[in-house]
Amino acid sequence: MSTRTLAVVSSGLGVPSSTRLLADRLTAATADALRERGVAATVEVVELREHARDLADNLVTGFANSSLRGSIDTVVGADGLIAVTPIFSASYSGLFKTFFDVLDKDSLAGKPVLLGATAGTARHSLALEHAMRPLFAYLRATVVPTAVFAASEDWAGGDATSPALTDRVHRAAGELADLVAGRPPAAPADPFADPVTSFGDLLRGSEPGLRG
Amino acid sequence: MQFGVFTVSDITTDPTTGRTPSEAERLEAVLTIAQKAEEVGLDVFALGEHHNPPFFSSSPTTTLAWIAAKTEKLQLSTATTLITTNDPVKIAEDYAMLQHLAGGRVDLMMGRGNTGPVYPWFGQDIRNGIELAVENYALLRRLWTEDVVDWQGRFRTPLQGFTSTPRPLDGVPPFVWHGSIRSPQIAEQAAYYGDGFFHNHIFWPPEHTQRMVEFYRRRYEHYGHGAADQAIVGLGGQVFMRKNSQDAVDEFRPYFDNAPVYGHGPSLEDFSRETPLTVGSPQQVIERTLGFRDYVGDYQRQLFLVDHAGLPLKTVLEQLDILGEEVVPVLRKEFAALKPAHVPDAPSHATRVAAAGGTEDATVHAPGDSVTGRAAEAVGR
Repeated sequence: MSTRTLAVVSSGLGVPSSTRLLADRLTAATADALRERGVAATVEVVELREHARDLADNLVTGFANSSLRGSIDTVVGADGLIAVTPIFSASYSGLFKTFFDVLDKDSLAGKPVLLGATAGTARHSLALEHAMRPLFAYLRATVVPTAVFAASEDWAGGDATSPALTDRVHRAAGELADLVAGRPPAAPADPFADPVTSFGDLLRGSEPGLRG
Repeated sequence: MQFGVFTVSDITTDPTTGRTPSEAERLEAVLTIAQKAEEVGLDVFALGEHHNPPFFSSSPTTTLAWIAAKTEKLQLSTATTLITTNDPVKIAEDYAMLQHLAGGRVDLMMGRGNTGPVYPWFGQDIRNGIELAVENYALLRRLWTEDVVDWQGRFRTPLQGFTSTPRPLDGVPPFVWHGSIRSPQIAEQAAYYGDGFFHNHIFWPPEHTQRMVEFYRRRYEHYGHGAADQAIVGLGGQVFMRKNSQDAVDEFRPYFDNAPVYGHGPSLEDFSRETPLTVGSPQQVIERTLGFRDYVGDYQRQLFLVDHAGLPLKTVLEQLDILGEEVVPVLRKEFAALKPAHVPDAPSHATRVAAAGGTEDATVHAPGDSVTGRAAEAVGR
C-alpha cells in the first residue's frame, strides 16, 4: 500500500470549532476514499488559530518564524490539501487569507485541494465559489469540483429537499482521493538545487549578440 | 577577518524622547560614526543607498569620499549599491573616482533594492530586478576591465567606443560583494564571478542564511574559483550591548518595538530567538557571533548594525566603544585561531594588485582631439 500525505488547514476560532469539525469529517472521508484506492493517508492538521501571532509577525518581518515555517512546509509538501474556513463578512476569514498570503506564490501550483466552509446560515454558501475558489485558482491549485459548505442546520442532518452534509462530504472526498491517488508523491522544488539555466546562459540572454 | 559596521541611513524618531533628527544632523552623525569606527579599531564602514524618505543617503560616494579624507585605514563599502536602478556607467565612474580618492580603500556590495516605487523613478521596473542585476553588473565589469567598450543590452542605451574614466586605481577594480537575503540567483551570480557573497543576516532565521551561503560556496567551487571553503563570505548582524544584559534589553526595547522594519510585530525576545539579533552583554554578543561560524563556515567579514531605529548618536558611539574595546579584539583572536591556513582573508586593494602582478598606471590618454576624446585617425575611419 503506498502512502500519501494530507495537510488540513482549519481557521476556525472557537473550541470546539465547527470549522474544525467539518475539516475532520472531510479528512476522515478522504482517508477512507484513499484506502479504497489502495493508498494509506498520513494526516497533518494545521490550526491557524495557533499561528495567529506568527502570521501577523510574518506580515511585519517578511519571514515565517520557526513554528509557522513548520506548518508552511507541511502544507507545501503535502500530496493533498483540505482547506476549511469560517465565512466572515461574505468571505474567508482574514486569518485564513493571511496564511495563503505568506506562502510563496508558486508553492501550491498543481496541488489537489478540497475546499470547505462553515457559517451560521446557508445564505453564505456561495462564498465558497465567489471567494475561495478564485483564491485557489490564483494560486494555480487543482481544486476538486465539489466544495463543501456546512451551516448550522446541516449539522442537524439535512432533509428530503437538500442532500445531507454526509453525501456532499463523501462526494468531495472521492474527488480529492481520485486526484491524490492518481499522481506520484509530491516532491517540493528545492530553491537551492543547482540551477537548471547556467549563469552563462542568463548572461548571454542579457547581452544579445555580444557574448556568443 | 574584517569587522565593521553598516548603516542604512534611516531618519527615525527616537521613541523615548519623540525627537526626530534633521537630515543635516544625521549626515553629520554618520561622519562621526565612521571616524569613531576607525578610532576604536574597526576595519570596515559600509553605507546604504536609498532614494526616498526616511533615508538620507542617496549619494553614497559623496559621503564615503568625505570619510576617506578624514580616515587613514578604514575600508569603505556600501550596503548596498543599487545595481538595478543605477546606471552601471555611473557606478563604474563614481566608484573608480572614489577608489582613487580613497587610495584603494574601497569595495562595493551590490544589491537589488526591494522598494517597488524606486524603480520607475529611475526608468526601471522591479519585475526585472534579477535581469537588471545580471545585465548591469556584466556591463559594469567590462567598463572596469576593458578600456574601450562597445555594448548593447536590454536596459540602457548602447555604448560605442566608450571609455569609463578614471580607470580603476592601479588597473584593478574594487572588490565586489553581492548581497541578497533570499534570491539564490544572486548567490549564483557572486559564485560565477568569484566575487564575495554577503548575507544581511538580520531579517531571516540563521537556517536560511546557512542555506544561501552553502549554495554560494558550492557554486563558487563549481565555477572553479577555489574550494567551497575558500569562497568569500560576509555576514551582517545586529547587536545592542550594556555591561548588564537586562539593562541592554530594557534600553533597546522601545527602539526595537518601534523600529521601521520589524517594529510592531514580534517581541524582542521572539526576534532574538528567531534571528541573529543579540541584545545583552558583550560576552553574549561574543558567544553568539562566534556561533555564526558553526553554520556558515570560516568567513571573511562581519558587519554589525548599530546605528538605526532612532538610537541617539551618543548611544551609537557607546556601542562602538564596546565593540572596539571588548568584543572585536576577542572575536579577532578566536576566529583567527579557528581559521585553517588555506582559507583566505577578504581581498584588499593591496592583495588584488599583487594578484594582478603589481601596480600599473591604467590611465587611458586621449591622443589628438581633446573635445571628443578620440584620436583624429580613429574618428576619420
